[in-house]
Amino acid sequence: MQNLEEFRKEVKEWLDKNCPPSMRSGADPSIPVDEVWGGRKAEYKNPESKIWLDRMGAKGWTMPTVPKEYGGGGLNAEQVTILNQEMFAIGAKQPLLSFGIWMLAPVLLEYGTEEQKKEHLPKIIKGEIRWCQGYSEPGSGSDLASLATKAEDIGNHFLVNGQKVWTSYADKADWIFALVRTGPKEPKHDGISFLLIDMETAGVSTKPITLISGKSPFCETFFDDVEVPKENLIGQLNAGWAIAKALLQHERAFISSFGLGSGMGSGRDLVSIAKKHVGEEDGKISNSFYRSQIASHKIKEHAFGLTFKRAKDEGGKASATASMFKLYGTEHNKKRHELMIAATGINGVAWDGDEFNKEDKNLTRAWLRTKGNSIEGGTSEVQLNVISKRVLGLPS
Amino acid sequence: MKLVLTEEQEFLRDTAKDFAQERTPITHFRALRDKKDKNLWDKDVWQEMVKLGWSGILVPEEFGGSNFGVAGISVILQECGKTLTPSPLFSTGVLGAYAIANFGTQEQKEKYLPKIVSGEITTALAVDESSHHDPLKTSFKAEKNNEEYLLNGKKTFVIDGASADVLIVLARTSGNSGELAGLTLFIIDSDVNGLNRIKLDMADSRNYANIEFNDVKCSNQEILGTIETGGESVERILDIGRIAMSAEMLGNAESAFETTIDYLKQRKQFGVLIGTFQALQHRAAEMFCEIELTKSAVMAAVQGADENSNELQRLSSLAKTIAGETLHLVSNEAIQMHGGIGVTDEYDLGFFIKRSRVAEQIFGSSTYHTERYANLSGF
Repeated sequence: MQNLEEFRKEVKEWLDKNCPPSMRSGADPSIPVDEVWGGRKAEYKNPESKIWLDRMGAKGWTMPTVPKEYGGGGLNAEQVTILNQEMFAIGAKQPLLSFGIWMLAPVLLEYGTEEQKKEHLPKIIKGEIRWCQGYSEPGSGSDLASLATKAEDIGNHFLVNGQKVWTSYADKADWIFALVRTGPKEPKHDGISFLLIDMETAGVSTKPITLISGKSPFCETFFDDVEVPKENLIGQLNAGWAIAKALLQHERAFISSFGLGSGMGSGRDLVSIAKKHVGEEDGKISNSFYRSQIASHKIKEHAFGLTFKRAKDEGGKASATASMFKLYGTEHNKKRHELMIAATGINGVAWDGDEFNKEDKNLTRAWLRTKGNSIEGGTSEVQLNVISKRVLGLPS
Repeated sequence: MKLVLTEEQEFLRDTAKDFAQERTPITHFRALRDKKDKNLWDKDVWQEMVKLGWSGILVPEEFGGSNFGVAGISVILQECGKTLTPSPLFSTGVLGAYAIANFGTQEQKEKYLPKIVSGEITTALAVDESSHHDPLKTSFKAEKNNEEYLLNGKKTFVIDGASADVLIVLARTSGNSGELAGLTLFIIDSDVNGLNRIKLDMADSRNYANIEFNDVKCSNQEILGTIETGGESVERILDIGRIAMSAEMLGNAESAFETTIDYLKQRKQFGVLIGTFQALQHRAAEMFCEIELTKSAVMAAVQGADENSNELQRLSSLAKTIAGETLHLVSNEAIQMHGGIGVTDEYDLGFFIKRSRVAEQIFGSSTYHTERYANLSGF
């Protein structure tokens, strides 16, 4: 076991040598910033984005805790803390955003075979393959388990037919992890399998979805007699529902952090928006009605933040509270955006054109986008069902 | 700081829980109310609490206390809140003990603190003068007359004021209503000449009084701490009180909620348990979340108090606002979900809604504290 201080020194030296200048704090603001998702179709405005991804990927530090044999960093928890601290110290950019890392990799580690781990994990970690998620269908929203996209066993491969919807970035992704029906006669939860599909296979096509907020990363994805090799099945046949549920937990935790002002809407401060547009007298928002609504919201947000902290301090008793955080995080985020556009007045509902500034027009779109937060990853109503049944033990 | 209880606090909580469930279940409060008890709390029960060391939790060890802090007293009040346990613990063990231990002179500490710890005296804090809490607007006068002060005016809604042996009184020694400067705290015996107590009958059947002062004479020795620093001191004492009261209100809310969930699991209508109705399930789930938020706010405020955080005022207003709103919601919903039985005097839920609305008024309502929170947050 390597000494931690030695490890820190090594990390520091490596970052110093390998983290390009434009990937750290103090970067030249004229250099364009990439949102790096990797994959076969990736394009980079700044070549250093690619260099940084390749170097971190080769080290396995995009997923530092994954064992080295699967392309990960092979670090323990203490070492990861050190790596994060040293990256934070120089303001290093996250080299890769990835559904593969956030969602699929944990599933592969738990349910994948040795071959599947060796095949897919290194490509996720290096950012070579970009993944998307195929869960919802036009007929299966909250009732996800009713999904109908079918995968028939026709001997040496599966034949997939059906349609997925809300597949984020399907048009940019290389592969999709999808829930498919393999047991049409079984009860609905017991006939679902978890399948990996190469988006370049014949019969796969995508179409982007325009939202009320305008352009979006969401797509519809169609499968028309798509042949999928048998080795792409994760876990047992018809045992995909357990995997799906495990994965949803990761997604809920991620979305609920929006309520704390991170994620969507970050960088917009309700109070300064109100002071700017409504007016300010002696440091107070000059309209007392706006002021009281904002104060009530801020109080709830403060208590919500403390609850997040308490859950962490208690050691995060996961699933039940995950529903509460998803529910409150998204509902608070919606409320905050409602208050922001109300305080911004006419400019808060600006859509396009040169009469309005970019900031206000973006706020309008961001506000509309929040309406999806309490639907995606399980609606608020589904979260309330989970709390009343699993936490409070109310009868069905 | 970590938002979890220490082992010591868990132990105190368990002791308080056993005490409240066994010694002072809600039937205890009901009996006091029904017989229109003079104090509306039981002297023997209070002495048992004293023996458990609860009156000395905020008292330093050199005066016989345990110095377990606001976190210690809050877990006890939370448990007592679950069974609506009436006692002078808040007025004496929180307000009196904290005020004297933190702002009293050495002489005052020696005189009063050991008697608080031993249960020999109870205390009350007299601040309000109208139907709304607003300490800065104090106009109650203490005028200097040679070597003494003459106190004149009326204090309202003094908690445990009908029975307290010692009163801590906020008075104006100079300046005008609305100013922080010129306020002084006096500590006086309640049997002094010129003092008239009028017992109040409030909806929650607890001990309150309005107190009239007619040329009540006070010496320099009866100034709590130093003259004209009372504005800052009382804000601090009130903040500790608000936090402790929030903990008790959290206990009230948890208890009314638990009763309601139990009821949803056993009451049948239309041939099924009413807990199967989604209209009720979702409202129950929302209450659960509000209570979780309240727990976090109260715990953060309690720790802020013990760690002398510079955020203390804001945390106190946060806790009092959230606790007030949550208890308000839960006490309303508890009745509605119970249906007819919820509005009968025979059933205990009515006690919770009555206590809720009175507790909301104590040291500032949710509206008062939302305003204060905004001021303290710079908007």
